[in-house]
Amino acid sequence: MTTHSTEQQARPMGDVLLEVDGLSLSFGSVRALADVSVQVRAGEITALVGDNGAGKSTLVRVVAGVHTADEGTIRFDGETVAFHAPDQARDAGIETVHQNLALVEDLTVWQNLYLNREITGGVGPFSYLKKRTMRAGAQEMVSKLAVNVPAVTSTVRRLSGGQRQAVAICRAAGFSSKLVIMDEPTAALGVQETARVEELILRLRDEGHAVLLISHNFDQVMRLSDQVWVMRAGRCVAGRRTAETSGEEIVGLITGAIAG
Amino acid sequence: MTTTTAPPATRGSALADRLRQPSFWVEWASVIGLVVLVAIFTALDPRFLSSGNIKAMLLASAILTILAVGQSFVILTAGIDLSIASTMTFAAVAFGMAMTSGKGLALSCLIAVAAGAAVGLVNGFLIAKGGITDFIVTLGALSAASGLALILSDGRPITVISAPLFKLSAGGFGMIPYTFLIAIAVAVLAHLVLFSTPFGTHVLATGGSVDAAQATGVRTARIKMAVYLIAGVLAGLAAILLVARVGSAEPAANTTFLLNSVAAVVLGGVSLFGGKGSIKGPVFGALLLTALANGLTLLGVSQFYQPLAVGIVVVGAAFLTRFEK
Repeated sequence: MTTHSTEQQARPMGDVLLEVDGLSLSFGSVRALADVSVQVRAGEITALVGDNGAGKSTLVRVVAGVHTADEGTIRFDGETVAFHAPDQARDAGIETVHQNLALVEDLTVWQNLYLNREITGGVGPFSYLKKRTMRAGAQEMVSKLAVNVPAVTSTVRRLSGGQRQAVAICRAAGFSSKLVIMDEPTAALGVQETARVEELILRLRDEGHAVLLISHNFDQVMRLSDQVWVMRAGRCVAGRRTAETSGEEIVGLITGAIAG
Repeated sequence: MTTTTAPPATRGSALADRLRQPSFWVEWASVIGLVVLVAIFTALDPRFLSSGNIKAMLLASAILTILAVGQSFVILTAGIDLSIASTMTFAAVAFGMAMTSGKGLALSCLIAVAAGAAVGLVNGFLIAKGGITDFIVTLGALSAASGLALILSDGRPITVISAPLFKLSAGGFGMIPYTFLIAIAVAVLAHLVLFSTPFGTHVLATGGSVDAAQATGVRTARIKMAVYLIAGVLAGLAAILLVARVGSAEPAANTTFLLNSVAAVVLGGVSLFGGKGSIKGPVFGALLLTALANGLTLLGVSQFYQPLAVGIVVVGAAFLTRFEK
């Protein structure tokens, strides 16, 4: 279990890292996803936009292994994958920053960063936590992304909303992940903290991670992303290069004023 | 758990800073309470700190300490084990029956621990997999385990005569009884498991936030089953010490052990909402409760006042945790 691989940086920009093809998923009679196809390229920030209930979260939950699709295929990093649990997606290199952040407040920053990926010494029942190694590793993860966190030994309870978000992103960025999925990372943050987290997302991209960003904030999407996919009523209705589209067009696609 | 190494220059102010934190008082409540209690009782009656009385207190605290450690694991996952004392009773009867049927001490001890583990497994399975509330499951187990103890023993105490057991309960190194050493060994082991293994971290994470733990792939159902199993195993171990001390396996309910085990944990600063606490806290909590009972007896206060005193102390400790939020 090593931290930070830099092998992604060697990847030429723009390779398709994640390819979702013809994905469908129904919950009972509710068709949550209908024939959805999207691509996420390495070294890019890909935005996923759409109204509430359009299926954005469901789509990323399938990619992250929370739900399993009824139909369709997912190719990740050149291999066809079918995740049945979040661990499997995680092992493959897909990390998710959940909307609720999935941090344990009474544990320290380093404990959260290494939660369920603890570094241990010894064998079998006599394995013990290598706390010093993990603290140092956590410090490295935090400083690599220049995250503003008081100390890795402080409990998450003492952190502000933005700092918590940063810790959650930090965790997703560590452990040689290739794709980081973020579900509304700045929804609960103030202006300054939002700016900090946006910087962090850009830094993730520069580090070589692919980022799949769900956001309701069009300015943010236009500012950060390289590619935008628009979802409406369980379908992916359009995909645009951000540089070649406008906020108005995206809004039109979301509402259906412009047919995808 | 992680010792923050402050530079010496700021240590004084850091200590003052810590003293202002309510969490400091919650964490150290049982230790401070014990020191205060010892001071008061010694002032009122110097015999309280005589070597004989210290030995008696340590001896009396061993069983409660072991139960409190088991209860701590469960409460750290935001659960509760109401069956812990009945499980001990059931295991004691199983132990007594094994001894009287000539199974030998080692095998009988194994049977006692296995009996406790069995109740713990059933509890854990029903709570983690069955999705039934911990309160109801362990309340049911409380009744079922004491019922089983009564059925197996036909309601009569089983006298257990064993030289090694007698030696275990009566002997020791100077003022330190063997049984107390066993309890401390259990506590040290529990502390290491809780704070120095991935399992321990996952126990704290499960209690702190089930959702967050699951999102990172922690098998929270397994963790829940494991803590009830630990509580059951420790109840089985406590059963052996109980039989050694009493000289017989009594099918009596032992409800004070249940209340005191929860009380020791609460006194020890373990959050009833889970995810936060220590092992040393509940150990000192168990010592405090034992010292309280011993001191009151020494002062000639009627033993009817003891439950009243325990109740006041526990609610007072719980009141402290209120300010921590």
